[in-house]
Amino acid sequence: MRKHLLEVADLDRADATLVLDTTAQIEQALAGREVKKLPTLRGRTVVNLFFEDSTRTRISFELAAKRLSADVINFSAKGSSVSKGESLKDTALTLEAMGADGIVVRHSASGAPHRLAQWVQGSVVNAGDGTHEHPTQALLDAYTIRQRLGRLDGVRVAVVGDVLHSRVARSNVGLLTTLGAEVTLVAPPTLLPVGVETWPVTVSYDLDAVLPKADVVMMLRVQAERMNASFFPSAREYSRRYGLDGRRMAVLPDDAIVMHPGPMNRGMEIAAEVADSPRSTIVAQVGNGVSVRMAVLYLLLGGAPE
Amino acid sequence: MTMSSELPAPPVPPLLSAEDVARVVDRVAHQLIEKAASHLADLVLVGIPTRGAPLARRLAARIEAFSGTPVDVGTVDITLYRDDLRLRGVRALEDTRLPDSGIDGRLVVLVDDVLFSGRSVRAALDALRDLGRPRAVQLAVLVDRGHRELPIRADYVGKNVPTSRTQKVEVHLAEIDGLDEVLLTGGEA
Repeated sequence: MRKHLLEVADLDRADATLVLDTTAQIEQALAGREVKKLPTLRGRTVVNLFFEDSTRTRISFELAAKRLSADVINFSAKGSSVSKGESLKDTALTLEAMGADGIVVRHSASGAPHRLAQWVQGSVVNAGDGTHEHPTQALLDAYTIRQRLGRLDGVRVAVVGDVLHSRVARSNVGLLTTLGAEVTLVAPPTLLPVGVETWPVTVSYDLDAVLPKADVVMMLRVQAERMNASFFPSAREYSRRYGLDGRRMAVLPDDAIVMHPGPMNRGMEIAAEVADSPRSTIVAQVGNGVSVRMAVLYLLLGGAPE
Repeated sequence: MTMSSELPAPPVPPLLSAEDVARVVDRVAHQLIEKAASHLADLVLVGIPTRGAPLARRLAARIEAFSGTPVDVGTVDITLYRDDLRLRGVRALEDTRLPDSGIDGRLVVLVDDVLFSGRSVRAALDALRDLGRPRAVQLAVLVDRGHRELPIRADYVGKNVPTSRTQKVEVHLAEIDGLDEVLLTGGEA
């Protein structure tokens, strides 16, 4: 394992498998016990540095660090010196001076975690940067697929929706192909990034043609906050062509699963009856997120400091 | 010129051969039956991975063969409880599995291959504390090689072996290594 987890390219197949196996062992070790706490990172400090709003990712990292007995400091841009104009570098150096062993960072600027990693001694974990990457989300998605289907090699994954703005999609494409899955992106042409033809994926504009051959359907959130140009004519039209409803779910293979990184727009990209169906892994994904982040923090911070 | 420099090093005879290992496991199984007496159903053998896990399974099988009473077996991975992670780096985790009936109020016997510093046992005790509250915890090891760094002793010992710190005790078990033997290598005795 490298020192930081900035993007899924930091993980080769062996590393990624180690993270998933470690996750499984941690889940097994904690299953059914009253004291869901391990002493592994006692005396280590983890800073959650969140420059962008987040509920589940921040809470998930916080819980993961606390379950490993690390001390956790939560820092959000609102109500901090950042609102007084402090730069990322000065914020980082301040936290560094306080002795952070690990920094979990979310930032609206793509590449912010990379810059941060050059300024601090501790390990940096990217918890989502701009439209770039969200590696722990991809790890928890891969873990969830392996848990439900028993394998990743040769699994056919359809990633549906706003690929253009989605760091979840970018990280999943990289990690899932590293682990041997076959990824198909399904989106209107306006929501696909430039250069997508160089990605190791198949691209389709037609959801109905892809669904019968998909083992996993990963729905992406329509990011209203990033819809500043007319990427599609109307929400209703998007929903009709790229939304997953009960009728579409019915054509999926028998053991196929439906995933969503949350937060969901029910009735937009995913119908309520799909989100609440037994095929849906959305709640399992949240639970697995804590275990995956425990595995990442253990592997990055558990060993000897440099 | 000496002749010995041209001869290959004589093979080191194993500390314990496969037959010895089998005899030792049988003896410890008998001791456990004697000690646990009427409470055999209360007994849980908990192996410390890697090689404590198959040893615990073997002990359970022998106890059942001798007494007719099946014994619960589990494993507890101690990696996340180790105090030397910072010195030796992170490592892959192994299985933690306890019987469905748990360990509360029962006699837990930790099983490991080699007792050396005692630090693995301390980590296992910490792990057990998070997993439940046994009536009592005891320790069974295949080899006790001395050099304790903590006030820990074994209740059942397969073989006591005086060693120097520079020597290595290598335990091989059929389930993992393809054959049973215990070797003492390296260093000056």
